[in-house]
Amino acid sequence: MGGRFGVLSTNQCHPVISMTEVFARRPRVGLFVTCLVDLMRPSVGFAAVRLLEAAGCEVVVPEGQTCCGQPAYNGGDAENARKIAMLTMRAFDGFDYVVAPSGSCAAMLKVHYPRLLADDKQHASAARAFAERVHELCAFLIDVCGLEQVPGSFAGRVTYHDGCSGLRELKVREQPRRLLAIVPGLELCEMSDTDACCGFGGLFAMKFPAISNAMVTKKCANAASAKPDLLLSGEMGCLLNVAGKLSRQGAEIECRHIAEVLAGEMTAPAIACSNDGQRR
Amino acid sequence: MTARAQFDADIDAALADAPLQRALADVPAGFVAGRRRAREELPEFEPLRRVGRDIRDHALAHLDLYLEAFEGNATKAGSRVHWAASGDDACRIVLDICRAAGARTITKSKSMVSEEIELRERLQDAEFDVVETDLGEYLVQIRNEKPSHIIAPAIHMRAEDVANVFRRQHGHLAADRQLDTPEKMIAEARGILRDKFLAADVGITGANFLVAETGSAIIVTNEGNADLTMSLPKVHVILTSIDKVVPTFNDAWPLLRLLARSATGQAFTAYTTIVTGPRQPTDPDGPEQCHIVLLDNGRTELLASEMRSVLRCIRCGACMNHCPVYCSIGGHAYNSVYPGPIGAALSPALAGAGQAAHLAEASTFCGRCEQVCPVEIPLVSVMRQWRSLALEQPRSRRARLMLHAWARLAQHPRIYRWCAGIAARSLKWLAGSGARIRRLPFLHAWTDYRDLAAPQGGTFQQQWAQRDRKRAQRDRADVSAARARKSDSAP
Amino acid sequence: MPSEATCAEAVAERIAHPLQHWPLRSIRADEPAGVSKQALIGRFKAQLGRLGADLIEVGSVAEIPAALANYVAANVADDAAGLARIRMGSDAFLAALPWSSTSGLEIATGKAEAADVIGVSRAIAGVAETGTLVLVSGADNPVTLGYLPETHIVVLEAGAIVASYEEAMQSVLVATGGRMPRTVNLITGASRTGDIGGKIVMGAHGPRRVAVVLWAA
Repeated sequence: MGGRFGVLSTNQCHPVISMTEVFARRPRVGLFVTCLVDLMRPSVGFAAVRLLEAAGCEVVVPEGQTCCGQPAYNGGDAENARKIAMLTMRAFDGFDYVVAPSGSCAAMLKVHYPRLLADDKQHASAARAFAERVHELCAFLIDVCGLEQVPGSFAGRVTYHDGCSGLRELKVREQPRRLLAIVPGLELCEMSDTDACCGFGGLFAMKFPAISNAMVTKKCANAASAKPDLLLSGEMGCLLNVAGKLSRQGAEIECRHIAEVLAGEMTAPAIACSNDGQRR
Repeated sequence: MTARAQFDADIDAALADAPLQRALADVPAGFVAGRRRAREELPEFEPLRRVGRDIRDHALAHLDLYLEAFEGNATKAGSRVHWAASGDDACRIVLDICRAAGARTITKSKSMVSEEIELRERLQDAEFDVVETDLGEYLVQIRNEKPSHIIAPAIHMRAEDVANVFRRQHGHLAADRQLDTPEKMIAEARGILRDKFLAADVGITGANFLVAETGSAIIVTNEGNADLTMSLPKVHVILTSIDKVVPTFNDAWPLLRLLARSATGQAFTAYTTIVTGPRQPTDPDGPEQCHIVLLDNGRTELLASEMRSVLRCIRCGACMNHCPVYCSIGGHAYNSVYPGPIGAALSPALAGAGQAAHLAEASTFCGRCEQVCPVEIPLVSVMRQWRSLALEQPRSRRARLMLHAWARLAQHPRIYRWCAGIAARSLKWLAGSGARIRRLPFLHAWTDYRDLAAPQGGTFQQQWAQRDRKRAQRDRADVSAARARKSDSAP
Repeated sequence: MPSEATCAEAVAERIAHPLQHWPLRSIRADEPAGVSKQALIGRFKAQLGRLGADLIEVGSVAEIPAALANYVAANVADDAAGLARIRMGSDAFLAALPWSSTSGLEIATGKAEAADVIGVSRAIAGVAETGTLVLVSGADNPVTLGYLPETHIVVLEAGAIVASYEEAMQSVLVATGGRMPRTVNLITGASRTGDIGGKIVMGAHGPRRVAVVLWAA
């Protein structure tokens, strides 16, 4: 496998998969859901599935997955991070690709698993081979699938926040913008310092809440000055942070994961908004 | 108060300090934009960073031999080389030099190594008249503060603050003089410091690089103060650390090309001076003695550790200029000679992990520092290593237990899924009919500042499993319908 | 693991035969044989301009004193007697200039004194890369001339402009016969500071003004 493959179906609501017919030539993608999407916003997972299916993939969600292990790894507990890495690699054994709707989780799998296991003679090469198959969602849709049409549409102004890990560790910058450019009706208005950290940083937001607050306050001000209707990001952690702050500020800007807009999965209310679009 | 508790208190104070916040707000437009322009103007900038990294790595890999070569050549050139294992040793060596010279007035140019060992304070305790000649350092000195940035020590001050301290400090000048522009204040400082330059008996500078092939030191400044410091008094002391040595001038130039561009955005610093020994026989000016004090202070230990890449640092300050944490709290809150990401990576090695390991916690690991570091120090990895060492300490017991408990859970998918389901439902229940939670006692660090979005309900895994079950039912129904059709149409 | 002896050899070799790390493509753009001297001079002048240094171009050695005197008259306040005092070292090139052809300048020699207003030095080389002047210390051009006076005037031959610091260092060693002077001073514009309110102000400690007398034969 590798290189681009054609787009098999677009603009279908839940394309009904006839399992047997196309199985052989459709790439099998294991969706790494990520713990925050799993816990807080399953609609992002379904949006990711829809996008991947629109790009012609067979999507499987392995039950053996949990979290990518970042909290342990960044907390200084490499030993436990290694154990979780092994678990994740086992869960995703046999897939053509492993795709995550998060730059930081994908970077953990793609960049840090091989580092964690570099000195483990038994698993180092497996970790490298695994890393080859891992992609962040937007990067996968553009770089691997060559997706040229998306199911979703959105009439309004959108600003995009780059998650730090995806941006700097995986160099995901152009792909989400290219995807947004093909969403009918969508106008992308960049905020200043789009690459500045929002202050989430996993446990950082809990350990240094005041600094985190200063950072997210700047981020919200930058976002507001772009006058968007909607703020998007490919990173659930950033979104919870920014949406939580905008909600506290009583700002009008709604926040969603980029996959929701691309997939046209907009029935769920925006993050921290209720059904009627109000923040309550 | 523990170092960490002090840090929290300093953070709160820094965030509440409106003048400091205004000063920090200018950093992006100044240093950050300057570096971006400089980088755009030099097409080879990115490959040059890798050259810089390799030069530093090579020098560090053979540090002992290059230091030996440096000492030999410096001695041949007439310098006297002193080795100082600790900050205390270095202070004593410099004190002895100053006493032997019968010095009264000592001028100093900016040197982070001297800040590290608190040399000025030590000399002042010994009754020497010591004056910092870098304008920013002078401001910090007369306000009894510490530098808040490694290349812009007074970045936390505003022009009004400077005018105020000048009026207080320069009491002999007319009280009604105007100090309403930077130009006027700089002219005043120039006059005061000029007298000190001319009166100085000993001049102390740092060094940006040491060159093994000739035993030379390279010293850069924009003000020219290091040149006046080293050329006017009869004794020149170069105080620097052992990691600064490079093999040859050809190794220094790429680093100098990176240094100013990364620091201020200049293509080259105004004054780059190569100094090799004291005054030569026919020289009409220059010092009679040149002493070079080489400080270790924890560096050889760091060199032997996995974190040795920190020693590549050329002290440009780009990591702090680009750090969202530094730009939120400024340098003083770190309570460390080296603030920002490089401080978090270096200070625990120099000041002891007990004093500074907590600095590595104060990072979102956003990685902007690594992206701009001119010698590609993996700052995030190094901070992660300090976290790892801190986690093993007895005082981290609680954090360790919590991490281990969570990690255990993450290694058991079935239990993990079950717990995630409970967590999602509980949070949803706490949110009631709303879409957000405004206050949650056990997550108050979050909800003190921002709302917590309510989860949508069941976890993705649960919903996906339901969908799978429905699909399977539908597929089974399709198959039996097809069979039924088949049997209907059978003859 | 390399042995100690191998390391020592590698280190000795690196010092004996320094690596040329950087080809400076951005300066030698598109010219396989190296950039023309004219282009280097052009870049040097452009860089000087960006630094805020003054440029005085003269067509021959003989014109230097008059050009220098004119610059001084226009830019530096002279004393009551209408004389501007310049200070320079014992540089043979500078000493041989036809100073008697011009009036209004009083020439003092030796290292700089506290009261000196104008220092005149001769540069060994100019670096086109950044508009940097390369001076060496010694009796010919005492180093203090470039730091104590408020105005520093540097005489430079256009032919001495090279592309890079690497080449300039070669020029220095040729000029000194391979001996390191006490200081090699690379001067890139005038003394400046941004330490008060972040605004760049010229003349922090050293010269407020740097002027280059660029002469070509």
